[in-house]
Amino acid sequence: MIQVRFVVWKDRFLVLADCLTLLSADDPLSHVLDTRWGGFFTWHMLMVLISGVSCVLIFPRVAAGIAADGTGGRVGGFFESILVYLRDQVTRPFLGEEGDRYLPIVWTFFFFILFCNLLGMIPVVGRTATANINVTAALALVSFVLYHSIGIKKHGFVHYLMNNLLVGPWYLWPLMVPIEIMGHLIRPCALAIRLFANMVAGHTMLAVILGFTVVLTKSALVLGSTITAVSVSAAVALSFLELLVAFIQAFIFTFLTTVFLSLAVQSEH
Amino acid sequence: MGAGIGAGLAAVGAGIGIGRLAGSACESIARQPEASGDIRGAMLLTAAFVEGVALFAVVVCFLIQSGIMGLVKGTAA
Repeated sequence: MIQVRFVVWKDRFLVLADCLTLLSADDPLSHVLDTRWGGFFTWHMLMVLISGVSCVLIFPRVAAGIAADGTGGRVGGFFESILVYLRDQVTRPFLGEEGDRYLPIVWTFFFFILFCNLLGMIPVVGRTATANINVTAALALVSFVLYHSIGIKKHGFVHYLMNNLLVGPWYLWPLMVPIEIMGHLIRPCALAIRLFANMVAGHTMLAVILGFTVVLTKSALVLGSTITAVSVSAAVALSFLELLVAFIQAFIFTFLTTVFLSLAVQSEH
Repeated sequence: MGAGIGAGLAAVGAGIGIGRLAGSACESIARQPEASGDIRGAMLLTAAFVEGVALFAVVVCFLIQSGIMGLVKGTAA
């Protein structure tokens, strides 16, 4: 009798371990690696589309709510606190009062990247679009074209080049020009790789830690159950960390874009 | 093997950097508790930058290990 009960309990425990792994993903790395369906479309394309459509649908309603009665209710108040924080702590210190005209793109960068990151945290159906180097490279390219074109439009092309490349005393210009060119080219690459690597690293670590449960529980029950308990609690803690990293990385991308924009727009002296 | 050593050294670099950052942030909060909000914000921001640098190194290690883009020269010239 006791042996029958033990066998039944062991089977139920194995089913639980399988369910835990399924809850996090179909296979552990599926949030990060992309798969095609329909020959051309991929999950990451769908996630980018969902994020963009969410932004387009949410924010006009928030703006209408705020314009109607000044507070916009709880949802309006929530978004307004983030938007005002981005305006007062990020845009205005670098760009001044006249930088308010750049607020829409700053807000768009932040919320688009945030929604992409957060969609990847949804258990079964979510995929992280920003864990794809193509998506982050596209975002960095948009940011690069944005601040350079705003700078060129404000200063004129030749003047803009002179301000940015010819820094320091005149005898150092042959040394400074290649360094400045490389610096300007590396900045969007750093933006793209920073966001991409943070998302991929987070999800990969989650996959590896949850993979311990499946591998060990199928072979050795007692050791596997201990390690399952440890790795599930580690996975919970890591998931909270990843939620934090989602917000922080969206903020860092936006903050750096604003800083580069302020560097492009500033007048010499 | 080089990729593994590189990734480990990147983790060491991130650990040292973020450890020093957190240490000086705690010390400055202890000196001036009313600035703790600003210090906490600055600490999170700069921790993300330090971690970004470490993750650049991890990405390079992945590229070395996977050998795409012709980065691994297996045979001698």
